[in-house]
Amino acid sequence: MRIPPDQIRNQAEELRSLVAGIEGASVEEGIDMPVLHLPRERLLEGLQILRDGPLAFRHCSMLTAVDRMPEEPRFEVVYGLYSIEHNRWVRVKTRCGEFDAVVPSVTGLWPGANWLERECYDMFGIRFADHPDLRRILMPEGYEGFPLRKEFPREGIEPGRLYREWERRRQEPPATAAGESAGRYEV
Amino acid sequence: MGSLIEAPEPRNAGGQGFFTTRLQHLINWGRKNSLWPMPLGLSCCAIEMMAMVGPRYDLARFGAEAMRFTPRQCDLMIVAGTLTWKMAQAARTVYDQMPEPKWVIAMGVCSSSGGMYKNYAVVQGIDSILPVDIYVPGCPPRPDAVIDALLKIQKKIEKERPLAR
Repeated sequence: MRIPPDQIRNQAEELRSLVAGIEGASVEEGIDMPVLHLPRERLLEGLQILRDGPLAFRHCSMLTAVDRMPEEPRFEVVYGLYSIEHNRWVRVKTRCGEFDAVVPSVTGLWPGANWLERECYDMFGIRFADHPDLRRILMPEGYEGFPLRKEFPREGIEPGRLYREWERRRQEPPATAAGESAGRYEV
Repeated sequence: MGSLIEAPEPRNAGGQGFFTTRLQHLINWGRKNSLWPMPLGLSCCAIEMMAMVGPRYDLARFGAEAMRFTPRQCDLMIVAGTLTWKMAQAARTVYDQMPEPKWVIAMGVCSSSGGMYKNYAVVQGIDSILPVDIYVPGCPPRPDAVIDALLKIQKKIEKERPLAR
């Protein structure tokens, strides 16, 4: 789907007037769709306007993050929104630093963003405030580190640690106290 | 439409025949010709494994077509695909649930050595968590290659001494 540049320019103009009331918001003409930059403090306010406003971006199609390591603030959270009614896309970006990597959750606006935010937390360690169930989703519970951060070693930090801990617990003699089972998978 | 020829009367009709063997050979013969695989299909290798059971390659010729999806009924584990560390506990549990005697085929490079996934999430060779009898290279291996591995396992079973345990 290729949109001609003048059409993107028109769409960006429209967005600019839509978010004119939001302090610190800026609109850029991307190569394939307009890009809206929002400060983290005004993120929910801006997204609310996009969802409930005349353009009706009711579908949160994508949510991810980018680690722009030497830059500060370091993480960029990216939202891909789609308006089914107008067949139109917009990309929203916001920034957060390494030591306060917290972004407001958008699960209140788009419930489907739940797992996307969990994945983002799993891979980048960005926490989403007011998320209903912020756990790891791809890596096992108790895993150390956030794999898609730039400083994470490709071969992992002791990748087999959790397995070895499980194996060691399994080798121990079973608990004899009443009511204790041998674990989730009984052999 | 030729003329009908009367079939000769079988010599031992009525179950009078016998043969001699050693118990060890009999047990090995039974085991090797009725391997029941546990298909641990983890990724794309599983597709080739399905092709292996299908009519073209037909694993039933070697007596190993009875894929069971419970480890309690299996004696040959085919680890087909990429084993991640998250899956490793489950794979080990499945292996432990299989009754003795049991054998393991590492199908494809991912399960043999981690393959192209040299990263934080993938077990670099399932032999770090399971005893492996035979490795099949390929990405994915052709069904012929896995059948060859099965025949090699059968040869290995022939040499075993089940009564000496």
